Amino acid sequence: MAETAPATGPAESGGDEETRRDFLYLATGAVGAVGVVAAVWPLVDSMNPATNVLALASTEVDLSPVAVGQSITVVWQGKPVFIRHRTETEIAEARDVDVSALRDPQSDADRVIKAPWLIVVGICTHLGCIPLGQKPGDPRGDYDGWFCPCHGSHYDSSGRIRKGPAPRNLVVPGYAYLNDTTVKIG
Amino acid sequence: MSQVPNNPIIRWIEYRLPIFGFVNHQLVDYPTPRNLNYWWNFGSLAGIALVIQIVTGIVLAMYYTPSGNDAFDSIQQIMRNVNYGWMLRYIHLNGSSMFFAVVYIHLFRGLYYGSYKNPREILWWMGLVILLLMMATAFMGYVLPWGQMSFWAATVITNLFTAIPVVGDAITTWLWGGFVVGEPLLKRFYSLHYLLPFVIVGAVFVHLWALHVHKSNNPLGIDMKGPQDALPFHPYYTIKDLFGLGIFLLLFAVIVFFAPEYLALPINNEPANSLVTPPHIVPEWYFLPFYAILRALPNKLGGVALTALSLVVLFALPWLDTSKVRSARFRPIYKQVFWLLLIDVIVLGWVGANPPMGKFILIGRLATAYYFLHFLVIIPLVGKLERPRPLPESIATPVLKGDAAKGGVS
Amino acid sequence: MRGMARTATAALMAVGITVLAGVAVAAEGTALKSHDWPFEGVFGRFDQAALQRGYQVYRDVCSACHSVRFLTFRNLEGIGFGADRVKALAATFEVEDGPNDEGDMFSRPGRPSDPLPKPFPNPQAARAANGGALPPDLSLIAVAREGGPNYIFSILTGYQDAPADFELTDGKNYNPYFPGHQIGMPEPLFDEAVDYADGTKATVDQMAGDVAQFLAWASEPTMVERKRIGIKVVLFLLVLTGLLYASKRKVWSKIKSH
Repeated sequence: MAETAPATGPAESGGDEETRRDFLYLATGAVGAVGVVAAVWPLVDSMNPATNVLALASTEVDLSPVAVGQSITVVWQGKPVFIRHRTETEIAEARDVDVSALRDPQSDADRVIKAPWLIVVGICTHLGCIPLGQKPGDPRGDYDGWFCPCHGSHYDSSGRIRKGPAPRNLVVPGYAYLNDTTVKIG
Repeated sequence: MSQVPNNPIIRWIEYRLPIFGFVNHQLVDYPTPRNLNYWWNFGSLAGIALVIQIVTGIVLAMYYTPSGNDAFDSIQQIMRNVNYGWMLRYIHLNGSSMFFAVVYIHLFRGLYYGSYKNPREILWWMGLVILLLMMATAFMGYVLPWGQMSFWAATVITNLFTAIPVVGDAITTWLWGGFVVGEPLLKRFYSLHYLLPFVIVGAVFVHLWALHVHKSNNPLGIDMKGPQDALPFHPYYTIKDLFGLGIFLLLFAVIVFFAPEYLALPINNEPANSLVTPPHIVPEWYFLPFYAILRALPNKLGGVALTALSLVVLFALPWLDTSKVRSARFRPIYKQVFWLLLIDVIVLGWVGANPPMGKFILIGRLATAYYFLHFLVIIPLVGKLERPRPLPESIATPVLKGDAAKGGVS
Repeated sequence: MRGMARTATAALMAVGITVLAGVAVAAEGTALKSHDWPFEGVFGRFDQAALQRGYQVYRDVCSACHSVRFLTFRNLEGIGFGADRVKALAATFEVEDGPNDEGDMFSRPGRPSDPLPKPFPNPQAARAANGGALPPDLSLIAVAREGGPNYIFSILTGYQDAPADFELTDGKNYNPYFPGHQIGMPEPLFDEAVDYADGTKATVDQMAGDVAQFLAWASEPTMVERKRIGIKVVLFLLVLTGLLYASKRKVWSKIKSH
């Protein structure tokens, strides 16, 4: 075909021919698009946590060495978790509160499985600092719990925000008791 | 097409940044010779290979640690724990082989059809610049896993710089950032390995710019004389390039999924040990011909100079080749000489793969000598002495006259 | 047709280059014994029962001197151990952890996320206990040696008396499959050395084959996934490339005169 102008569009006769040709291009394009998506997925998924990171998603803790009135800090998913073996006074203080007056209303019963054991993530819900109160001699704030030195948030003996800029209570992670002395966090 | 676009949004953008017109002019209406054969697919394949390396490289870099203690382990972390890590690593590892394979074919296409000749000299040089950048990038990338061969290849090659008279030792110490290949070298190689591919992207841009000035060569080696010799790049060559891409990906997939370590050396799965040298130090296959030339002379500086010269002659090729005819199709003597060169390069590769002992020394020297003989003696002479076959009138003419044996659409 | 011949020649040369690359390093030592492995080939899979027996060989024989530092207990789920079994197995080992708040290192039971314990704390201790030779870590041994699993199998079953004219250094053992023919490792496997949990007869060949397969798995635990995905990818690309070819022919049919 000695056309002078390069063909840019079909010069065929018959709609039938066109439909068949278009279907081929459509099918090719569709299969190609599927391929592109399938190729992109591993690139995206590779950025998800690797299998060894996921394996550290839960931590088991032996509670037997923690005496009444003592606190320990364990690491779970890279975050500090406060485990406090609460005294009777602390438990009573945690219960004797008008829940509706709290900034983030939650009863103590809703925050613990066994009353003597409080387990909360030790990250201030304001801007992420680690509150003080785990070690003897640490300031514990006005509510006998924890005190965040960064901007002055006070948490009570149930880890609830009582005073200061933090908006929410200290987060209670998912946990379960495997037996009387072992808890699995996460 | 310099028509005003219909869509008002497109018009708004086009007036401020003429991207649509640009794409149309460079990728859609762009006139391409109508008679290109499949050897012209390899340029776009090289571009795709570059993109694949960059994309997989960026994701791998999220997990790699450029430290002597942790580099090897971080790659095992990728292979064993990162989702699809093994796949990304094997694509990147074999992707560099695919990239070189494609680029070498692309280069030899240029040699056969005279694509390096006037007025495409700068296009050819940009291609060689890209090849040099690729070689540097691949070499540094190979060091990063910090395996036995990574470490010792780095030691051998960086030691070559001591061959430079007067300043050689100072340059090598500067390169190492220390007294031996070690931590500082690994870190700077990582930095540069991440940088150079983007320099390659820039060089590719200039390469394509040069290409678009005088457009593609073609198997007949004669210029396009008018629109009758051309086809718009889209849809003819977009679909042809996509088909070529399919074949490329098929081969790539077979290697990645069924023979991922075939082209690799097992000893690089051993962590680097600065006190134990592997019995045979060999580079990856794409460096083997150069490795043979490097070892051809007993003199260290001589070997380095010859290797450098082997690439420099390629830069000089547009002037070394004295023939007025581009394509080997019409150059009966040059055509044979081309095949001899290809065989010579493969022989050099085979020599490079083997220890420099026994018969390999003599064969390596002969093959090296022939390589330079080809470019410095044979090519200039053949151009002068050869009687080329008569060229067809135009690209479109052979099609009109039904001359299917020469040229024409394939 | 001429174009086809050229394409074929070029393809042949490409194959030639890759073959050359594949035989890059001249193999030393005797030609390896060849063993049929179930995981070889496009449809290859590991034999889970063999992997478990191989682990037992590793645990009972090899782990005295060889570490596998890239394997964690959790990874053993890949050879068919359930999560509970892995947890229990890990807990039977004491693992060093610390420092604690007093600055001391302490011992605790192993967890699934821990790596399998090392026989020696560092390479120097390993050498001191083995006459100066360092027993290599086995995590990648099947891909770090030419011949892979065949090499491992050959070494383990290849011990024999040195030929009369061979000068064997003190402390070394003759093995024709090891480069240089002298290996530091004394023959590790003897018939019935391991009491297999599944009751299989523990001949030297059986144990060597099982542990070689286990080590092949340890070198690349994702191999089966790789081949599985590979089949899907290749089939997909065959379809796509076929469609692209048909599309190319259709587009070009407009201007081809014949």
